[in-house]
Order: sequence, then structure tokens, then C-alpha cells
Amino acid sequence: MIQPLTATPDARIPAGPLDRKWSRHRQDSRLINPKNKRKFRVIVVGTGLAGAAAAASLSELGYKVSVFCFHDSPRRAHSIAAQGGINAAKNYQNDGDSVHRLFYDTIKGGDFRAREANVHRLAEISLQIIDQCVAQGVPFAREYGGLLANRSFGGAQVSRTFYARGQTGQQLLLGAYAALEKEIARGNVEMHSRSEMLDLVLVDGHAKGIVTRDLVNGRIETHAGDCVLLCTGGYANVFYLSTNAIGSNVTAAWRAHKRGALFANPCFTQIHPTCIPVHGDYQSKLTLMSESLRNDGRVWVPKRKEDCGKAPDQIAEQDRDYFLERKYPSFGNLAPRDISSRAAKEVCDEGRGVGPGGLGVYLDFAEAVAEFGEDTIRDRYANLFDMYAQITGENPYKTPMRIYPAVHYTMGGLWVDYNLMSNLPGLHVLGEANFSDHGANRLGASALMQGLADGYFVIPVTVANYLADETPGAVTAGHDAFRETEKSVRDATDRLLGIRGRRTATSFHRELGLLMWENCGMARSRQSLTEALQRIPELRAEFWENLRVPGSGESFNQQLELAGRVADYLEFAELMCHDALHREESCGGHFRVEHQTGDGEAMRNDEDFSFVSAWEHTGDFSKPQLHSEPLEFDVVKPSVRSYK
Amino acid sequence: MSETLNLILKVWRQQGPADVGRFEEIDAKGIPVDASFLEMLDIINERLIENGADPVAFDHDCREGICGTCSLVINGMPHGPKQTTTCQLHMRSFRDGDVIWIEPFRANAFPVIKDLTVDRTAFDRIIAAGGYVSVRTGAAPDANSMPVPKEQADDAFDAATCIGCGACVAACPNASAMLFAAAKIGHLDSLPQGKPETRRRVLAMVRTMDAEGFGNCTNHYECEAACPKEISADWITRMNRLHNKAATIEAVR
Ligand SMILES: Cc1cc2nc3c(=O)[nH]c(=O)nc-3n(C[C@H](O)[C@H](O)[C@H](O)COP(=O)(O)OP(=O)(O)OC[C@H]3O[C@@H](n4cnc5c(N)ncnc54)[C@H](O)[C@@H]3O)c2cc1C
Ligand code: FES
Repeated sequence: MIQPLTATPDARIPAGPLDRKWSRHRQDSRLINPKNKRKFRVIVVGTGLAGAAAAASLSELGYKVSVFCFHDSPRRAHSIAAQGGINAAKNYQNDGDSVHRLFYDTIKGGDFRAREANVHRLAEISLQIIDQCVAQGVPFAREYGGLLANRSFGGAQVSRTFYARGQTGQQLLLGAYAALEKEIARGNVEMHSRSEMLDLVLVDGHAKGIVTRDLVNGRIETHAGDCVLLCTGGYANVFYLSTNAIGSNVTAAWRAHKRGALFANPCFTQIHPTCIPVHGDYQSKLTLMSESLRNDGRVWVPKRKEDCGKAPDQIAEQDRDYFLERKYPSFGNLAPRDISSRAAKEVCDEGRGVGPGGLGVYLDFAEAVAEFGEDTIRDRYANLFDMYAQITGENPYKTPMRIYPAVHYTMGGLWVDYNLMSNLPGLHVLGEANFSDHGANRLGASALMQGLADGYFVIPVTVANYLADETPGAVTAGHDAFRETEKSVRDATDRLLGIRGRRTATSFHRELGLLMWENCGMARSRQSLTEALQRIPELRAEFWENLRVPGSGESFNQQLELAGRVADYLEFAELMCHDALHREESCGGHFRVEHQTGDGEAMRNDEDFSFVSAWEHTGDFSKPQLHSEPLEFDVVKPSVRSYK
Repeated sequence: MSETLNLILKVWRQQGPADVGRFEEIDAKGIPVDASFLEMLDIINERLIENGADPVAFDHDCREGICGTCSLVINGMPHGPKQTTTCQLHMRSFRDGDVIWIEPFRANAFPVIKDLTVDRTAFDRIIAAGGYVSVRTGAAPDANSMPVPKEQADDAFDAATCIGCGACVAACPNASAMLFAAAKIGHLDSLPQGKPETRRRVLAMVRTMDAEGFGNCTNHYECEAACPKEISADWITRMNRLHNKAATIEAVR
């Protein structure tokens, strides 16, 4: 059972009016003189948008930086896969956008479970991000006049999304990666690729280093610094199948949590409505079809179950149910992700889904092709259409795509204050790995914005608030805490290798994923969560008795890497279910079947749940300790989120 | 249950950079046609582990053709028979009974780590030599203060789409990295933001490429044919032009 509520962590939100908080905070933040900056070493784990941007920017300021990623190159972080775009309140389209509107949309989109101050800062910084990226040579889409193009995205009623064909994440990451390489060349950044962080080192309660495993030769190493930045991405792969890259994992965040960092809102996960449906049990990942497709595609299923087996062109117009347009006339096919996903699940639950297992709905471009011509559609979406054809063997210019919701993004993450510092002094958390800006649901094109805001513009200011009181280089890897933490990593590795059971890590991961998808996925109930809370510890116990990891620890061993990640998921999943069970309301990506209106819409409970759930590890996975940070809305009054 | 294939794999096995390596024959029975090539290897690995054998090491991550991590030579062709990434190749491209040869991306500058995984950090060092615009965070003017003709921006994108997988190197008889370097140089030279540093960039990147042990281009065009992002070898021509100019200016200065 959950322990009773205890002290609230202090979010350190600056005083003053909302739109002045960040500028004031920048003025009030500590400064470190350039001579001293050179003596500080910052450890950055992760080279996605958040990590690469932070590492490059801090190095430019003069800090010494050590960077780690498990990929073979920093350029391959999961951010590379983002397709649709990045938001910014530039109002280049003169369609009424503003910092306030982006702030408002993000707060509302997050279903009033995010901090106003953080979100406003994000909207302000969005302007600078685009400037920065363009200056780096990011080839954003342009209009014939030579100025930047925009599109509307993910339920926004203004066109504020900047994009680079369907490869925005790639281009933004290559920009940040290039900036990082520039600093590596200058000799100010030490890069450790194929290096996985396996633990956080605390010295007198402060984060002063990490323990890593060199993935090429298996060596366990310790690295000391003056503070640590975790930029390690999200945990969507707790569901096994998701749109995330295979290597995305919760390990760094989870191990920091086990060292005392609070984990906030783990149950806030996002299901994306437009993914290619599952095609077999050997499947290793799900592929996202960018939701920009919903600008031109229409979503439908047959009105009658009997028609589901027919080819789509055999189903007459009047026999089709364009259910998003029907249910949400003003947003139609562009309704937000959580709403669209649930609507698709509903029609499939009614038996009107299409394709294998009845788990799919059509995304139809016939009308758009007729109106604009195939060439225009090709111009807009060529790479997405190609990818779809590649994977399914079907031609989406001729026959409607089949799509189904899939886990995509995780709003929850390590708890951080306004400075992006966790409750552990010195440990900062950036990008998808923190919980801070998206509340219970993230709007499309806002994760890239947040990752870059955190990395380029927030942390370079706020990290000084911690470092200014520290003596540079005070802690070295010779400290006992490093020996002890290193030993515990070695022991954990030996333990995984020593089980010598019969089942592979993947088989456990797959089983856990299915369990989570069914019990803690798109719809959650007291019953499903209670059942999951019983089954997860059983599966974990079996894992520790029956896992088989071939090979040794002192070599390149991908199975060992995987086993460590799955071990963490098996613990983390339990916390997720505790959080989902405790939150007796439906909000954003968290839908509790007990809390819905007569027509199936989510019922939020502001009276009792207008807070951030920040969980503390107690040493017993069945008894996490809840801390809550109340959310106050001074500017936007929480309202029922309606997209009808 | 979907249709399945029975295949014979000839897989390159190599314990580490010092090991000589050899092909190993592995039976791949009952592979679903809808599986991706990497999912086929996942299935094989699950079986190998269950039988107490060492699974085949291979690199992969996004499995959607964008991160550039996957890197297999399949039947002699980098990324296999289709012009796409290994992860986007599906088993429906093969026939029942096929023998499939699977090797790593081979080049002196890409030493084998294990089996099918190679070390491509040389590419990072080429970028570090100059594949960027020297702009500091926070120093940028308004994004629309410098219009860029759409055609030029589109050109830049065509080059910038490189995923850094190294198929161009693996395909080239000289193991040249010219297409990789030319794509980055071309991308940045196509934009007003990147142009001021072109000269310095092209000299430094080409020098680093040579120092890393990549070969020279002798116009085989294999790189272009293997590139999953269809980057044109015309970029190499453009790079050579820029390089000649830069080298001349450097020489007379
Ligand atoms: C298919 C897809 C499309 C998307 N499209 C969009 C979009 O159009 N717009 C948008 O705004 N958002 C989009 N998103 C979301 C967005 O891409 C991510 O939220 C964001 O890129 C995360 O960036 P990050 O820097 O926080 O982490 P990541 O990019 O995930 O980087 C994590 C880094 O941490 C490293 N790492 C992790 N664990 C360890 C460890 N233990 N030790 C060492 N290193 C470690 C990894 O090597 C990597 O470098 C999309 C997501 C997906 C899955
Ligand atoms: S795994 Fe990312 S491109 Fe193939």
C-alpha cells in the first residue's frame, strides 16, 4: 500500500507576474566568473536534443563537459526519429499566435496538470530556438519568398509548427550534434559513446558522478564531476512495443530514482493515434505515421461490423463512419492525440476495426489526392508514404492506410524544480526524461521544443544556481562513494550473468509489455491495475530465477545490456501502476474507466488531484512514498477540455 | 498465421577486431514474410540463446530508417537488394529456400567490433573537423532576417538528409567517404548561414577523411546506388570544385 502523503518538494518558482518570471529569474540567477567556469566539470548523460544542446552550450560558456551515450555516435539518439515538427510562437503567419496562446494551448493540452511558470517559459523560449536552429543551418521548409514555412499540427488552430519535410527531429538533432562536435574539436568536451550509465554517485547527498559500462569492452568505469545532467529520454518501451527506438530505456532515470530522486507522474503516458498496426508476435517495434498526415487524411471505419472484412473501396461512402469528424465537428481529424486514440479504440472495441485482429482504422487520402493531386501529396508526405509502403507492402496513394494507436511518449519523468534540478542537489534532468512541461498530455511538436529549450536556453542559466555554491573539483573519483557504487554495479552485472536460466530478456520484456498495454494502457481500471500490481512482482521474481544471459560481462554483450534494461522496467512498471491506481481521475493520457462521462469523455477531478505526484523509492517496490506538489493556476482557469 | 520462409543464412562471425572471422551457416526456418530483416535476426538470436549458443551481434536502434545505426551487407550489397536501410528491408523481398549472405560494413576505417557491428566513429571525427556553422547559442539573429530561396533550401535538405550510416563507404571499392563528406559540405554550402566557412570546412574535412584511412573517389558511383537516402554523387563533384578552389587559395596565400 501507498504510504501517506508527506512533505511537498519546493518547485522554486520565481515570484512575480507569469510573463516576467523567466526574465527576472535570468537576472537573479547566479553568475560564475569565466576563470572559474573552466574549473567545473559537468557530466551530461544523453545526446538527444536535450543533451547535445546542453553539452554544446555549456561548453561554449567555458565549462568542461563529459558526455555519455549508449549509441555508437551522439547523432543517433532517439530524437533523430521525430517527424512532424517543432512549435514556436513566431506568428510569422499573422494568424493570431502569440507566446500567450502557445502557453495557453500547452496548459490546456496538458489537461491542467503542468506548471504554469514552466510552460510560459517554454513558450517564451520557443522564439529563440528557431533562430538558433536556422543559424546552425537547419534546412527548415521555406516558402517561395524565401521565408520559413509553417503548418498547423496536432490540434492547434494556428500554424506555428516549423518542419523539415518529415524529418524535423533529424535535422534539429544534426544541428545540435554539429554544435557538440564543434566543441569536441575545441577540446572542451570529452565524448564517451557506446557507454551506458548504470548508476549515479552521491557524495553527501549531492550528485557528483556516474558509473558507466563501456559497451565495447565491458569495463565498468567511474566518472566524477561537479554536477550531473540526465538527458536520457523517455520510458515508453516499458510497453515493449512503442514508437520509440529499440534502445530507449528508463535505466538512468530509474537508477537515479533508486538513489533518491523523486519520479513524477509515471502514469502519464501518451498513446499516438496514427501508427502502423501490429502485424505479428515477432514484432519488435511500432512505426509512427506522423500526425501531420491527419491534416489531409480522413479517419474512418465501416458503419457496420459486417463490412469490416471487405476491401475499403468496396464500402460505399454512406456506409463509412468518419468518427472523429462526427464526434468532434470543430476539430475533426485533428482532435488531440489522447482523444483521437481513445475514439479509435472505442470503434475497434465495438468490433468495427479493420485489418488483422480488427485492430486498425483507415486513414484515407482519396479526397486529398483528388483535390490537390498525387504530386502535391507526394511533396508533403513522400517519405512517410514510402515508409508505409515498405513496411506493409501496400500503396497508400491508392488504398487507405491502416493505423492504430501506439505508445509514443512519456510525460512523466524525474521530478525537477524550475531550475531543472531534481530533489537531489546537483542532479539535473532535461528533455523527455523530466516531467515538467507537458502535464498529462503533450501536444504535437512540443517535445522537440522542450528538449531544445531545456538544453540551449534553460540549463546554461540555471546550472550556475547550483554550481555557484560548490568548490570546483572538490570531489574526485577516488572518493569512497565511487568505489561503493562501482561495486554495486559490478554485483548487479554478475547477478544477471549468474542466473543461467532458460528465458531470454526479450521474452520477459515482451510479456511485461503486453501486461502493461492491457492493464495500464489506453484505458485503466482499478481492477486492471490491481491485477497488474499482483502480476508484475511475480514476473520479476521469475526473471531473477529464470533469465538467460549468454556471454560474459567483460566483452561486447548486447544481451547483457538488454537484460539490465528489462530488469529496470520490471521494477519501474510497478510504480507506474501504483501511480495510475492512486490517480482517481481521468486526465490527458491517463484514462480511468471509472471516471468518465455518460458519453465516454474523460472526467478530471481538480478538487482532489490538481497536483504533481512525486514518488520516493522506499526500498520496497510495493510501498512507494507519495509526495505531492500542488498545482496553482493563476492565469488560466482550469476548464473542461472540450474539442467538440 | 502469415506465410513463412525457410532460409539458409551465411553470417559473418568475428569475436573482436583481432579475430580473423569466418562465415557460419545458420538455419532460418519458419520466418514470417511480414517480418523485417532485423526481426528475422531477432528470431534467430532468440533461438541461438535458447540453444545455448552465442547470438549474432548487430547494430540497430530506430528501426525506421532514420538513425543510421543498422549496417549490414546483405548478399554483397550494403543494406541489401532494395535502396533502403537494413531495418526497412522486409522478408517479403526474399524467396523460400534463399541463401542469404550477411556481412558487416567493411572498410579499414570501420574496424569490426563483433560479428556485424563496426566502429564508425571516424565519421564523427570528420564532422568535428568542420561540419558545422560556428555559431554560439544565443547569438542568432531572427530566423526570418535572412530569406533563403526555396530551391536552395530544398537542395540543402537533399544533402542534409544523410543518416551517416556508412553504406557509401561499404559500397565503394576504395572505401571512400566522399559522399558522406560531400553531403555535409554541400548542405552547409547551399545555405547563406554555412557559406562563410566553406573554404575552411572543405579543406579540414577532406584532410580528416584521408587521415582516417578512407580511400579516394575514382567514380564508380556505387555510393550513390547504395545510399538509402538517395544522395546524389553530384555532391561529390561540387565538393571537388569547392576543394580545388579552397586549396588554390590556400596555396597562393
Ligand atoms: C517516432 C517519433 C516521432 C516523434 N515526432 C515528434 C515531433 O514531430 N515533434 C516533437 O516535438 N516530438 C516528437 N517526438 C518526441 C521527441 O522526439 C522526443 O520526446 C525527444 O526527441 C526526446 O529527446 P531527448 O533529448 O529528451 O531524449 P532522446 O533523444 O531519447 O535521447 C536520449 C539520449 O540518452 C542516451 N541514454 C539513454 N540512457 C542512457 C544511459 N543509461 N547511459 C548513457 N546514455 C543513455 C541515449 O544514448 C541518447 O543519446 C517523436 C517521438 C517519436 C518516437
Ligand atoms: S535502425 Fe535506424 S536506420 Fe536502421
